[in-house]
Amino acid sequence: MLEIKNLHASVEDKNILRGIDLQVNPGEVHAIMGPNGSGKSTLASVIAGKEEYEVTEGNILLEGEDIEELAAEERAHKGVFLSFQYPVEIPGVTVTNFIKTAINETRKARGLDDMPAKDMLKMIREKSEMLEIDRKFLSRSLNEGFSGGEKKRNEIFQMAILEPKLAILDETDSGLDIDALRIVANGVNKLKNKDNAVIVITHYQRLLDHIVPDFVHVMYEGRIVKSGGKELAHQLEEKGYDWIKEEVNA
Amino acid sequence: MELKEKLVSSFLAFENNIDVDSPVHDIRSEAIKQFEKQGFPTKKEEDWKYTSLNAILKHDYSVFPKQENAIEYRDVKKYFLHDIDTYKIIFIDGKYSSHLSQTTHDGMDICLMSTALTKPKYRLIIENYFNKATTNDSLPNLNTAFSSEGAYIHIPKNKLVEKPIQILHFSTGNESAMMLQPRNLVVVDENSHVQIIERHQSLTENPVLTNSVTEIFAGKRAIVDYYKVQNDNKQASLVDNTFIDQKQESLCSVHTFSFGGKLTRNNLNFFQNGERIDSTLKGITIIEDKQHVDHNTLVHHIEPNCESHQDYKGIFGERSTGVFNGKVVVEKEAQKTNAFQANNNILVSDNATINTKPQLEIFADDVKCSHGCTIGQLDESAMFYLRSRGIPEKEARALLMYAFANNVLESVKIPELKARINKLIANKIGVNIGFEL
Repeated sequence: MLEIKNLHASVEDKNILRGIDLQVNPGEVHAIMGPNGSGKSTLASVIAGKEEYEVTEGNILLEGEDIEELAAEERAHKGVFLSFQYPVEIPGVTVTNFIKTAINETRKARGLDDMPAKDMLKMIREKSEMLEIDRKFLSRSLNEGFSGGEKKRNEIFQMAILEPKLAILDETDSGLDIDALRIVANGVNKLKNKDNAVIVITHYQRLLDHIVPDFVHVMYEGRIVKSGGKELAHQLEEKGYDWIKEEVNA
Repeated sequence: MELKEKLVSSFLAFENNIDVDSPVHDIRSEAIKQFEKQGFPTKKEEDWKYTSLNAILKHDYSVFPKQENAIEYRDVKKYFLHDIDTYKIIFIDGKYSSHLSQTTHDGMDICLMSTALTKPKYRLIIENYFNKATTNDSLPNLNTAFSSEGAYIHIPKNKLVEKPIQILHFSTGNESAMMLQPRNLVVVDENSHVQIIERHQSLTENPVLTNSVTEIFAGKRAIVDYYKVQNDNKQASLVDNTFIDQKQESLCSVHTFSFGGKLTRNNLNFFQNGERIDSTLKGITIIEDKQHVDHNTLVHHIEPNCESHQDYKGIFGERSTGVFNGKVVVEKEAQKTNAFQANNNILVSDNATINTKPQLEIFADDVKCSHGCTIGQLDESAMFYLRSRGIPEKEARALLMYAFANNVLESVKIPELKARINKLIANKIGVNIGFEL
């Protein structure tokens, strides 16, 4: 599904990613953990195609195809989805209009006609029920005045609608209370199947109690310095990151 | 002959056709004298620094309509707000069109200026209000000199006018170039409420220059909502002079939607003659090509405890130019004034220009006045957010521009008008905004 080889990336001449290797297969859930400033969010943005970041070395392959030169929207059309740590507020565009535009642009890129309004309404209704989203919420301006939990739920709602092959959840657990965390995690688990993959970026173990990873990677100073199974996350929860830093520095 | 000379000499002919005993005769004579002295404004004047009338004054305009022209409703229906019931005061080439209009004298007067200026029944109102809110500037003076037709609206006290009033001016292009000078008077007495929509529409490519004056008097606790739809074709130019005199606790708003026209200049003046008055000035400008839109606003805070809210947004493409000159005067007596002004602009092309200038003259010491203007591009993090959801760059840009302009519409109180303007904005920007839940 996703293969990252020796990826280096910089922003404004500052090297942030310094040689990432990562292989994600269909049906897998990978967790990426690590201290602040280790490059986790940068990795997510680089995969999604944020133009500020320059890939200086290495490759990102999606289903064998190099996607580095593709624009963010082209990557989205190929099935990459990034759930933002800080979803952007866009006053004046309603959630519904936004979703409708995203769906139809994606369909257009795949050579399909616009989705009939009836089908779209049905889908929006189903997915909003799954994430326990109030109908009124759909006619509000995108993310404007949403609470932290509402913003994150809205991100997963969009994921549910767009059905990506590869979903990257960037700190989706931050700002969520326990109920919202449960709703969001349930949503992700329902969307999970043998053909798609999820990368969960998080500081804490608590989200991983709900979305159980097959692999856990620890990032530090722009590299993946340790990989393991889900027990690695428990270890990090218990012992923090210092022992990893010490291992690396030794 | 230059247009100025032509107009001054036409005044004699104009006077021959009107009643010199009319109460406005002296006002007209004085006005033409002033205009003759002042001439058309030039870029040497501070208020006209960024707007030149030269190019539009060079046409050989007919200054009086020669004949009455008929148009069929079905041909112009699209310019009406036709999905709701409204009063209509309609003019074709400056002449009243009775078959397109729907006026009333039932408990209020929604009719014609020509009637009000000539019939004794209206004499008192004309004496008390006509030309009482205008400023001594050349273009309002020119309009006053030739004032004979337009909309006359008088709403007596305690009346809620349930249907909006549409004032439409069509020009048919029967003359090779046409100058129009409509004159509107709106008097809304104590506790009354009225909504007005004004639009100028040229039906051919022949040049049209409209120099309009609208005087609005809002009595105690009156509510007046005025909407100006400026989406004319690219050979038509408009100088809109609007003067609003507000009494205590009145609420007046003017929304100006400027999407069309060759040159549009809005001189919008609010005078707050009472306490606890609220004035709202909002505008959306979306232009391209070589179009020019200039908003010149004045809010004069004269008495204490009043508010004013200005919010103008502009999107400028290709070689278009915009001007925003917002003047707020707070007199010494006008303590506890809250005056807000915002002017935000997006330049879509490297060749587009916006000149924005807030002008605050504050003589009181206990006031809250804020102003802010921005000229910028679209927010890059919002662009990435939309693109990461599969919305291509061009569409994402359009969606953000639509969102930027669209939130000015929140204060539009006529839902059908709001929907109409919303659609105009979407078309203008090129977004396909479809159904709502």
